[in-house]
Amino acid sequence: MARRGGAPEVSAGSMADIAFLLLIFFLVTTTIETDAGLDRMLPPIEPPDTDVVIKEKNIFQVNINKSGQLLADDNLIDLKDLRAKAMDFLDNNGDKSCAYCKGKSNPDSSDNPDKAIISLKNDRETKYSTYITVQNELVGAYNDLRNRESMRLFKRPFVQLEADYLNPETDSDVKDELKEKVQRIQKLFPQKLSEAETSSSN
Amino acid sequence: MSKFAKKKDGELPAVSTASLPDIVFMLLFFFMTVTVMKDSSLKVRNTLPVASEIKKLEKKDRVITIYVGAPDAQYEKMFGTEPKIQLNDKFSSPTDVGDYILMERAKKSQELQNVLTTSLKVDKDANMGIISDIKLELRKVNALKVNYTTGSGDAFNNLK
Repeated sequence: MARRGGAPEVSAGSMADIAFLLLIFFLVTTTIETDAGLDRMLPPIEPPDTDVVIKEKNIFQVNINKSGQLLADDNLIDLKDLRAKAMDFLDNNGDKSCAYCKGKSNPDSSDNPDKAIISLKNDRETKYSTYITVQNELVGAYNDLRNRESMRLFKRPFVQLEADYLNPETDSDVKDELKEKVQRIQKLFPQKLSEAETSSSN
Repeated sequence: MSKFAKKKDGELPAVSTASLPDIVFMLLFFFMTVTVMKDSSLKVRNTLPVASEIKKLEKKDRVITIYVGAPDAQYEKMFGTEPKIQLNDKFSSPTDVGDYILMERAKKSQELQNVLTTSLKVDKDANMGIISDIKLELRKVNALKVNYTTGSGDAFNNLK
């Protein structure tokens, strides 16, 4: 039989070993990142030029003491009730200028969502986990209200709209449309969460 | 007919391993795409609290990470048991945070410098004093966008 042309074939038997080696290298040196969290904006350090006068009833004061107890508008409350309390406050519609609000229009609570400010204050010895839980509940209160409006206007929850908008894989023309919707909802319930300087306990 | 009869020699044929490299390569590519390289080793205890209203941190190149927590057992003798800040690979005091942020910001390209997020990975047993110090330093260098990085879950589990 005549010899076929070309060099003899290279054995591919060790290919699997090489691939395993690479695989194990990557398994050891890398981690699967699960990076998610609560986004917050810190206030700028320079005080605003103009003094803004805010009515007392438009501020919802949340105070966390060093043992993790919660004081909301001078009442000691349970952490589980915070979300409902915050939602009542934001949704109150005291001056009846907010057509989409469903609050009780209590004259002693906030005028409208645009004016309502939640102020969070904590002690230096407050535990971080408590602080995160409180932050989570307050952000949750905003999200719940925004979801409600988003369901009414666009038939989709706000958090979903926002997640799609922030997702880099979304097409740019879809993104423009989402941006408009997201901004509209954000305008209905602007997130005004102020963090005062930490008090030191004596 | 004899063509078919010839194959029947009674023995089981060996399972072909020719596709093994392909399978392993597939796994390899999976891990290469979904994981990222470790950039620093943790020297502090870092059990993150959980929260439910979380947003994903996209784009890794726009994030600066600060770790806070009690030093690991092997560093306890030198640094004590109070929560410390870890920047890159070393323990630091709150006053170093500003310089660190400025340094990290300078490393990034021009168009990213204004959209950076500071990710705070804080152990759930830390107290707020050290966080407040960090926040003040961050405000001094105008790094206002922060992300309290947490796991996902019911936030009330933190209190247990």
